[in-house]
Amino acid sequence: MDITLRQVSYAYAAGTPFEKRALHEVDLTIPTGSYQAIIGHTGSGKSTVLQHLNAILKPTAGTVTIGEKVLEAGVKPKELKSVRSRVGIVFQFPEHQLFEETVEKDIMFGPMNFGVPEEEARRRAHELVGLLGLPEGTLQKSPFDLSGGQMRRVAIAGVLAMDPDVLVLDEPTAGLDPRGRKEIMNLFARLHEEKNLTTILVTHSMEDAARYADRVAIMHSGRCVVEGTPQEVFAQDELLRDFRLELPQSVKLQREFETITGQAFPVLYLTEETLAEAIASHFEQESEGTR
Amino acid sequence: MLEKMIFGRYIPGDSIVHRIDARAKLIFVFLFIAIVFLANSWITYGLLILFTLFIVRLSGIRFYFIVMGLKPVLFLLIFTFLLHTFFTKEGTVLLDLGFTEIYTGGVIQGVFIAIRFFVLVVMTTILTLTTTPISITDALELLMNPLKKIKMPVHELALMMSISLRFIPTLMDETDKIMKAQMARGSDMTTGPFKERLKAVVPLLIPLFVSAFKRAEDLATAMEVRGYKGGEGRTRFRQLDWKMRDTGAIIVLLGLAVALVLLRS
Repeated sequence: MDITLRQVSYAYAAGTPFEKRALHEVDLTIPTGSYQAIIGHTGSGKSTVLQHLNAILKPTAGTVTIGEKVLEAGVKPKELKSVRSRVGIVFQFPEHQLFEETVEKDIMFGPMNFGVPEEEARRRAHELVGLLGLPEGTLQKSPFDLSGGQMRRVAIAGVLAMDPDVLVLDEPTAGLDPRGRKEIMNLFARLHEEKNLTTILVTHSMEDAARYADRVAIMHSGRCVVEGTPQEVFAQDELLRDFRLELPQSVKLQREFETITGQAFPVLYLTEETLAEAIASHFEQESEGTR
Repeated sequence: MLEKMIFGRYIPGDSIVHRIDARAKLIFVFLFIAIVFLANSWITYGLLILFTLFIVRLSGIRFYFIVMGLKPVLFLLIFTFLLHTFFTKEGTVLLDLGFTEIYTGGVIQGVFIAIRFFVLVVMTTILTLTTTPISITDALELLMNPLKKIKMPVHELALMMSISLRFIPTLMDETDKIMKAQMARGSDMTTGPFKERLKAVVPLLIPLFVSAFKRAEDLATAMEVRGYKGGEGRTRFRQLDWKMRDTGAIIVLLGLAVALVLLRS
């Protein structure tokens, strides 16, 4: 399901003296099956873009196309449930949306709203609890008795239970411990592969963007200023600095290594593992050369 | 979604109305509410309207905000107007509708009541638009101070008020956020039949209550660790300062009262 934003502008409280423009003529195409990261400084409009991806906000100018559905500024859309059932959004701190008596019921809430039969919804809840590494007994507990990290997982399960084609993630690991962070990000990467999802990740973490995404877009003051592969985007140090963004750790280390040794690598290494290997083989070659 | 609410909103400015002491403004509005009832003729009601418009002009507030402030009570305004028009049987018959008759006295009475409503709402809107909630509570606390003699917990009341005012925007943001999250999960309270919308309130209210209680607890702890122990011996950061112009404002209002008494029939 392709998602296309064409010249999308959005203003909060449009038409009142409190009007605040959040997006300016944003162009963005997210093809089916891609893993798109959206990065940018706080207040750059990342979260506003994200809310256009399943018609929670409607553009004040321009068009948003989600699969077959076209949302045009000023045209009142008729039916949005079909779009919302196919695009799942995990909002920031999604544990705030839990409300049911039991974890099972909360996970089943989304799919049942979209007309999935009860038995099927229950089956999905059982499957997802295992997938997210929660103990089986969790299902009958109250979500408010869980720890923060577990609540986060339940909330994520509640979105995954809708079985969406597109998964939108707004800082899904904010406030988690490093291990939980890694587990959840790896889970999303696996689902992306196995279920052929289109994944859109809004994040502050350059490392996550570099490691998982195959396209990266940078938002700055409500505009989409750079778009490309992580290789292309993170090669532009100067540009990133202008937008007050850091380089990923591995790229930073690579740059320092290059300045010290005076020798440039042909490609950017976007993860620590690949960089470590490259450095190791660099030294191997060097020791062979001296022998 | 809820960003269009005007209630309790403060519009920063530097007009004379903004600068007047919050206590003076409170007394002013309370007295004004009483004075409004002195009017009973075209000329006195006309004077009230002129006076109100004069204050609006002084405050430098855009008329848009006044209109937004009036919107929620528009229904009430029309309703009372119609009520008086239909049920006051005075003067001569203006219109015979068959089932009932409309008298001139009724229409006049209706217009008067509507004017009364209008000036009251505009005046109170001006008060909240030009005074920060925090100075309103400060003023209330100071004005109610004498009540401490009869063991009224004045400071606690004022604190409760300022805390609730402080958390209105926070809770609004929260509501907006949770509403969007539940919408994304297919529960929609903005469209659909009434029964469905009512059902969609539960997934909104429960998380809201949970987070409100959590916030209350956090706030209590935060106050505790900073050694808060009530109003006893506490000094003020924001000092209110009664000036000549504050006395002047009250005198102007008393002048209006005298004029109304003299002109009323």
